[in-house]
Amino acid sequence: MGAINPAVNREGDFMAEVGKESGENPLLCYQCGNCTAGCPYTEFFDYPVHRIMRLIQVGQRETVLTSKAIWLCASCETCTTRCPCEIDVAHIMDTLRAMSLREGKCAEKDVRTFYDAFLASLQRHGRIYELGILMRYNLLSRHVFADADLGPKVMAKGLIRFLPTNIKGRDEVAGIFRKYAEKRK
Amino acid sequence: MTGKRSYAYYEGCSLEGTAAAYDASVRLVMESLGVGLEEPPDWSCCGSTPAHATDHLLAAALAARNLAIVEGMGSNTLVTPCPSCLSALKKAHGRMAKNRVFKEEVNGLLDTPYQCTVAAKSALQVIYEDIGLEEVARPVTTALAGLRVAPYYGCILNRPPALACFDDPENPVSMDLILKAVGVDVVDFAFKVECCGAAFGVPKAEMVHRLTAKVLDMALDAGANCIAVACPLCQQNLDLRQGQVNAALGTSYHIPVFYFSQIMGLAYGYSPGQLGIDKLIVSADALIGTRGPVEKSSAAAEAGKKEAV
Repeated sequence: MGAINPAVNREGDFMAEVGKESGENPLLCYQCGNCTAGCPYTEFFDYPVHRIMRLIQVGQRETVLTSKAIWLCASCETCTTRCPCEIDVAHIMDTLRAMSLREGKCAEKDVRTFYDAFLASLQRHGRIYELGILMRYNLLSRHVFADADLGPKVMAKGLIRFLPTNIKGRDEVAGIFRKYAEKRK
Repeated sequence: MTGKRSYAYYEGCSLEGTAAAYDASVRLVMESLGVGLEEPPDWSCCGSTPAHATDHLLAAALAARNLAIVEGMGSNTLVTPCPSCLSALKKAHGRMAKNRVFKEEVNGLLDTPYQCTVAAKSALQVIYEDIGLEEVARPVTTALAGLRVAPYYGCILNRPPALACFDDPENPVSMDLILKAVGVDVVDFAFKVECCGAAFGVPKAEMVHRLTAKVLDMALDAGANCIAVACPLCQQNLDLRQGQVNAALGTSYHIPVFYFSQIMGLAYGYSPGQLGIDKLIVSADALIGTRGPVEKSSAAAEAGKKEAV
């Protein structure tokens, strides 16, 4: 965590940018800390969630978009549920992930690799295929043996399928990804 | 009950795979309750966390494809057992209904546009609100004397309240009351809505181990000998990863984790095999071995009525 001087280093009007993309008003946050008090993930965050909100207010674009916190948030909705200003904080965290991803600033590569493996499976089959996702993740993240210990357990119980379900409309689903990519170009 | 209730039933990808037991038990329980479930033809994945952590337009389109299919079935209510699917479907619907520009953008990605006429509900919500505790108690044939259950709702089944519009966001009671209505002993559980680690099991296992351990610990502390869940990810983290938790943290948890629908199914007289209870990683055999027949369900029905008041 570096030293931050809000009087300098302001990077554009970051708060307005986040406000526009999320539809929420970050300025309503008065730093009560209720979100952080309830956040189950705060012990793993580099910046607790109320501080992310403050960093948005003071225009610390780079610090926020390169933070680990935004990618370690699980969208459990505790912050949104408890915010006395009724800010949808979890939605702002989601919005920050989208911005961070677009600009290639994701600081938690393994999390992103897992999400990408999931979306690749969805794009290909129309539904996700759990074993396929795990294998792709293990390969691309180079954590080759992640969850290998679970293999014998799930096999003994017949919990894992060895073939994906390919839906008939998978071209339509692939089309959603294609049209989305064109739109965001 | 007037006529047979029927819903579009979106099982979601997990329930086709590792959570097949959740699907099987929900279907059996709904059958006992006289509820018809119709699967939307050729449904696709809702997009779940990876989609909304990527872009809201993509996430809404992946979810809305399924809502449009449900509209095509002539149905206006969808029921899903999975909280992650529920959240994705409700968020897509809510944002599209609220914002016409966004709706047009999303529909621009779909072959069949979504007209915003479908309400999504969790299986728990349908059982609690639409069917009601009195009906829930009626099919009970079996007493489950050995169970002391910690009802674990997970993080997003009823949160945030403005989206979920179901039960209490901090202290939900629907599962507690359903389990009591089928005659099961339920404990007061402080960690009902604490997050178990959700989708981070693969990329951030150490986080999940720590959070899951807290949930297991609190359940034991509350005097429970098993946990009931309503989410495939909660079940996976608490049950499948319980051995990992013990190995990583030096603990010795051994607490079975049922889907709430499996417990209902046992009370309705279905066999553990039919309900997929033999698929649990932490065996529940010792707990359910003590079950036996009950006198006609009047006692349980009474309990259900009282709790509902």
